[in-house]
Amino acid sequence: MSKPILVFGYGNLSRGDDALAPLLLEQLENKEGIEILNDFQLQIEHALDLENRSQVLFIDASVNCQTAFNFVELQPIKDKSYTTHAMSPAALLQVYQTIKHQSPPPCFLLSIQGLSFELGEGLSSKAAENLSLAVTFSQQLLDNPNLDFWSQQTGNNLA
Amino acid sequence: MYENLETAKSPEKLKRVVVDPVSRVEGHGKVTLLLDENNKVKQARLHIVEFRGFERFIQGRPYWELPVLVQRLCGICPVSHHLAAAKAIDQLVGVDPENLPPAADKLRRLLHFGQVLQSHALHFFHLSSPDLLFGFESEISQRNIIAVLNEYPDIGLQGVKLRKYGQEVIRRVSGKRIHGTGAIAGGMNKSLTKSERDYLQKDIKQIIAWAQGSVALIKKVHCSNLPYYDDFATIPSNYLGLVKENGALEFYHGGIRAKDAKGKIIMDQIDYCNYNDYIHEEVRSWTYMKFPYLTALGKEEGWYRVGPLARLNNCDFIDTPLAEQARVEFKQQGNGVMVHSTLAFHWARLIEVLHCAESIESLLNDADIMSSDLVTQGEKRFEGVGVIEAPRGTLFHHYEVDENDIVTKANLIVSTTSNNRGMNESVRQVAAEYLSGQELTEPLLNNLEVAIRAYDPCLSCATHAVGKMPLQLELVDAEGQIIDKLIKHNDGQIERNL
Repeated sequence: MSKPILVFGYGNLSRGDDALAPLLLEQLENKEGIEILNDFQLQIEHALDLENRSQVLFIDASVNCQTAFNFVELQPIKDKSYTTHAMSPAALLQVYQTIKHQSPPPCFLLSIQGLSFELGEGLSSKAAENLSLAVTFSQQLLDNPNLDFWSQQTGNNLA
Repeated sequence: MYENLETAKSPEKLKRVVVDPVSRVEGHGKVTLLLDENNKVKQARLHIVEFRGFERFIQGRPYWELPVLVQRLCGICPVSHHLAAAKAIDQLVGVDPENLPPAADKLRRLLHFGQVLQSHALHFFHLSSPDLLFGFESEISQRNIIAVLNEYPDIGLQGVKLRKYGQEVIRRVSGKRIHGTGAIAGGMNKSLTKSERDYLQKDIKQIIAWAQGSVALIKKVHCSNLPYYDDFATIPSNYLGLVKENGALEFYHGGIRAKDAKGKIIMDQIDYCNYNDYIHEEVRSWTYMKFPYLTALGKEEGWYRVGPLARLNNCDFIDTPLAEQARVEFKQQGNGVMVHSTLAFHWARLIEVLHCAESIESLLNDADIMSSDLVTQGEKRFEGVGVIEAPRGTLFHHYEVDENDIVTKANLIVSTTSNNRGMNESVRQVAAEYLSGQELTEPLLNNLEVAIRAYDPCLSCATHAVGKMPLQLELVDAEGQIIDKLIKHNDGQIERNL
């Protein structure tokens, strides 16, 4: 039986801009057919959260993001991040594929640009602006929870 | 012992090798080696970038926020900080551990067993099993969980599912996967419903069976190359941890016991609220991390190790039958007295996984975990100390509050700090015995990481933003010129860059 679309945000609320994803999740409206999960970081067991999903949206803060946010479709990648305590979502898909012997569901990553990640800090002002834009964008995604719409949005990098 | 390798006599004349950061540990650590012209190791140090300003992070906050707030110190063992803080703030509301309602005590223990189980499962199956199953100097492409899942699919999948089960225990007891508010001052804020209890009971037999299998696996791996496993990174040391009043293994609440390298008890059943009378911390100029030691023995002789190996060396028995049987077999490696093999941390860790699984089953069969009598309160106090055995070892939280309930002073000693000297000694042993005089290669340098990883250090930052934490290895000649440099990027790409 198919489970709801999964929105999985990860980050630490007390680590400056690392809070971007959990703060975004707090602003999403509860919608039927959407399940929201939150954790500090991705780990191997989260592969089991992908089972029987029609679509998955990962949300994370990123220091590499050159624009306010970036939206891409993910493919399984053996990128070695699975040798750490914090896996990349693409590596998680690879774990899923390895343990389930099947392709993962369509998975997308919304990266939100973050700048500062110190313990005890709040959001930087730039990250707060980015968050506002990313909330609007993710609400559009959840208002149109179909694969075609999400695929059309990939490469949507708001400057 | 290898103390002579802590500080070289003429460091300016030596080549420097840096492993930065150490991979497959939580947080950021680096190893520096100073080599002479014949590649003989003259100095070896593990440096750690500790939590920065966590006392400041806590001070100025109302005490009741602490159980939630301190979880954010660490992405790996948030529940350990949650429970240590909860025990400390129990005292601030006048509640000693023996006065906690039985339901709250048992629910906290259940939460803690879930945390230890999932933390140990991650460490063994995900981070250490590639080294142990494929070899410390195997191809780097093999040293990861994907290779384990491909070559040993049953073992790899059991690791994933054990981890998942521990997370489910945490979620059901605390109400959330993370940032749960399970423990509050003087008790717990919820009990388990019957359906939650039934959900966790459904899989516990399987979890116990897998835990038994993992103990058999590590025993086989360890004993298949006994001389090597007993020598690699091995150092005799003192050990410290909590034990029950009757000497049994204990994770949640007990008295402090310390033993010396020969198994003689240094101190026993010490009230942890008085920890300051027995443990001091030394600062050294070359690392952010302090060096705790037993005051009675002094700085040089008083250092100690904590964590699974310490707990199994310290306790007299384990009060669950399968884990106790495994402990007896384990102790035979130390002729029934003390086991000093650093790689035996792995074996001890998996015996603890088995103990957690058995204990979870026992608690799930206890009707108290569904009781509504969850909170009590006494007379306000201005100081509280909470100590637990976290997955990596003894964890101390100590707070003082003012008349407005605001935290004015906070002191935390995390497990990895207690293992600082032990990890440095192990690094020096490996550097001296396995690396010195050889041309350094990545597989050889992995030996250093294997030694550190055995302790499962949590150098946590919990910040995981994409793009952080590449691995960098520099070779610097006697004049200080970088003559070679390897960079491992976040995506695993390795670049030679000079």
